[in-house]
Amino acid sequence: MVNGKRVLIIIPALNESGSIADVVGEVRGELPGVEVLVVDDGSTDRTAAVAAAAGARVAKLPYNLGVGGAMRLGYRYARDNGYDVAIQIDADGQHDPRYVPKLVDLLDDNDLVIGARFAGEGDYSVRGPRRWAMVMLSAVLSKVARTKLTDTTSGFRAANRRVIEMFAGWYPAEYLGDTVETLVHTARRGYKIRQVPVAMRKRMAGTPSHSPAKAMIYLGRAFAVLTLALIRR
Amino acid sequence: MKLTLITGLTGLLLLATIVELLRRRQLREKYAMLWLGVLLIVIPLSLFPRLLDNVAGFFGVVSGVSLVLFLGIVFLLLVCIHLSWEVSALEEETRTLAEDFALLRAQIDAERAARDELVSSDG
Ligand SMILES: Nc1nc2c(ncn2[C@@H]2O[C@H](COP(=O)(O)OP(=O)(O)OP(=O)(O)O)[C@@H](O)[C@H]2O)c(=O)[nH]1
Ligand SMILES: [Mg+2]
Repeated sequence: MVNGKRVLIIIPALNESGSIADVVGEVRGELPGVEVLVVDDGSTDRTAAVAAAAGARVAKLPYNLGVGGAMRLGYRYARDNGYDVAIQIDADGQHDPRYVPKLVDLLDDNDLVIGARFAGEGDYSVRGPRRWAMVMLSAVLSKVARTKLTDTTSGFRAANRRVIEMFAGWYPAEYLGDTVETLVHTARRGYKIRQVPVAMRKRMAGTPSHSPAKAMIYLGRAFAVLTLALIRR
Repeated sequence: MKLTLITGLTGLLLLATIVELLRRRQLREKYAMLWLGVLLIVIPLSLFPRLLDNVAGFFGVVSGVSLVLFLGIVFLLLVCIHLSWEVSALEEETRTLAEDFALLRAQIDAERAARDELVSSDG
């Protein structure tokens, strides 16, 4: 329970055995009484076993579905078990669970709350085409959602019951769909989105998923995904 | 002139179909991008079939239209190969699902049998 609400923390994880135990441990330490669900997305290492040993509930997918696929499973679990709030957190330790109560508080007046970098707190910075992509996404999505969004690809977000219900039935598994397209979809259906500044920490272990060489391709795909999301209904 | 009208209209009709399928979320992003890319090439060609005559001449093909036909067939073959590849991946996935399902069922059956055993030995 956080502020009288039943909260589920959903952690999508792919080969994160190096950090998942610490992340689950930290969440359970900082937020007593919340349930943690780790969705192991076909990891080839011991992610599932390590997470279970750390006290999380583990849902193991038989093969990789991507973050979007893992998150829909998480939201279905939240819906079927009647949670009031579902919060997505990365498995690499970059998100600080101490911000969770703040996110939950903001859900009183909002439907989806995003923990955002570049919004004042912390010193996380990005350069080059990746940055251009982020600027473009922020500008367009802020307009669509009628609120200031500086970190649209953040994997730190809290959803209330209404949004859990929607995401349980519809959550894209495509690249960037889990962040960009869900934001457009949510805003278009009249739900209120809000961001809170969070400081982002360094990865605890493992390798970052993005190399600088892929930044340009990322920009192109971000543009394509955004255009698609805008023409879709 | 009549021919241009027919080919051009066909191209636009295809474009409309794809955009509508996309809007209804019936096509996944990767396929959508592929077909949109194809149409961006096909529509100018359908309006101006002689566009490729110079390129065709360079390769020793008499007319641009035959070059387009040739490239079109090669492209369709590639698409077929890609689809076979996708289907193979899907079959592999359903196979994994079936195995997982069978393992789960075996586990449940074993647990139920163990429980029944316990009940009958108790009573
Ligand atoms: N379920 C699932 N989770 C994934 C997959 N790929 C990455 N993740 C998880 O998604 C979260 C974010 O992934 P990261 O690789 O840290 O991506 P990022 O935070 O945008 O980028 P970094 O700067 O590299 O940390 C982590 O918890 C990963 O374990 C996947 O294919 N499936
Ligand atoms: Mg990360």
